[in-house]
Amino acid sequence: MDKPMNLQQIIEQLDLTVLTEPRDFSAIEATGGYTSDLLSCVMAGAKSGYLWMTLQAHMNIVAVAALLEVAAVVITENAQPDQATIDKANQQGVILLSTPCPNFEIDGRLWEMGVKKA
Amino acid sequence: MCPPTKPQTEQEIYGRRGRTITDRDAHDISRVEELSYDLKVHEVMSTELRTASPDMPLSEVLEIMRIHRISGVPVVENDEMVGIVSLEDVVHALYKGNLDVPVSACMTREVVTIANYESVVKAIETFSLTRLGRLPVVDENNKLVGMITKGDITRGILIALQKDYQDEEVRRYRASHLFEDIISDRTTLVLRYNIKARDFNHGGNASSNIKRALMRLGADPQITRRCGIAVYEAEMNLIIHTNNGGILKLEVEPHRITMSTVDDGPGIPDITQALQPGYSTATEQVREMGFGAGMGLVNMKRCVDTMELESTVGKGTKLVMRILVPNETLTGHSHG
Repeated sequence: MDKPMNLQQIIEQLDLTVLTEPRDFSAIEATGGYTSDLLSCVMAGAKSGYLWMTLQAHMNIVAVAALLEVAAVVITENAQPDQATIDKANQQGVILLSTPCPNFEIDGRLWEMGVKKA
Repeated sequence: MCPPTKPQTEQEIYGRRGRTITDRDAHDISRVEELSYDLKVHEVMSTELRTASPDMPLSEVLEIMRIHRISGVPVVENDEMVGIVSLEDVVHALYKGNLDVPVSACMTREVVTIANYESVVKAIETFSLTRLGRLPVVDENNKLVGMITKGDITRGILIALQKDYQDEEVRRYRASHLFEDIISDRTTLVLRYNIKARDFNHGGNASSNIKRALMRLGADPQITRRCGIAVYEAEMNLIIHTNNGGILKLEVEPHRITMSTVDDGPGIPDITQALQPGYSTATEQVREMGFGAGMGLVNMKRCVDTMELESTVGKGTKLVMRILVPNETLTGHSHG
């Protein structure tokens, strides 16, 4: 099995915008992914170390991401979290990334890059 | 040495360099930076003073520098500092070929000093402004009490960091041995959280505090995760569905963790229906935020070992969930 992609590679290859504080993204591995905008489904389906794709951008994604310890949240279709959400993410160590692409396209490209369900 | 009474510095009165610290600043300050404000010069300076007198020949000062491996010696006369002689001054004299001259002939008279009650950050600033390698430390009466170098600062900060680390270790150790150290027939740790209805901005805060508490108590990561998910769903239910919020309670015992919520309405008309995956009564507004998938209760049930849900319309709902803890994972270290 291939070595998991690290967040640095993913951010570069998908041209994602980092909304939270910079970190050593190359040290963070994405072991898989889960896509949903329903928080309870994410609670059930996303594992720690996964990327979570969603077009939700409000405060409550931070709590979910922190509890699950996902590698990062990829906020799609340019949905813009407010400053309070970004501040809370920084405080809880949650990484928020942003892209104009829709969920489907990000999923497809991640799969091609080798990020599959662990 | 007894630290002198310290006058309040400008930094202490006005915050960092005279400006108010914002929350953002506070977050950005690293522990090392924080320590350089907290630590005072007298806490890190060296107090073993090697001094010279003004009439001492320079060759003798060179001997002092060589033996004690120092590069600057304060010059003291009648208990008062009158100058400082550095290795550079000695080299200058050596260049002129005369080490027999008295110290007073080549010492620096305008001495930059630092007060012992200043914070270490002030010393760092002075070092970078003056490019000096060492500073004599004086007390409030301008009496020489020590010397400080960049090396002293580094050492002081490292010692303070190590102490921090040990403190955290001790705290963690104490928490993880809570159930061994406190002897009773039945020890229970109870954490209670008041959850407000519609308070989405704080949604998940209680859950993340519970998760942290369980980690400190040394709970198994898998159990901590299950508790985290179950309690998050319960917390969000109080925020989304109740009239007046409710109470979220966590009871930790060595053999089990009990999570419960109580609220005073509106109550669930049909519990069997509420337990159906996908069934939800959430409003359109709440659904737009990604809640109301109709999976909350399903998730809880999946994460816990037992779940009891009682509800009366108009009165309220009581939820009790339990996770059984396999032998001793909550008492720190298993003996196996």
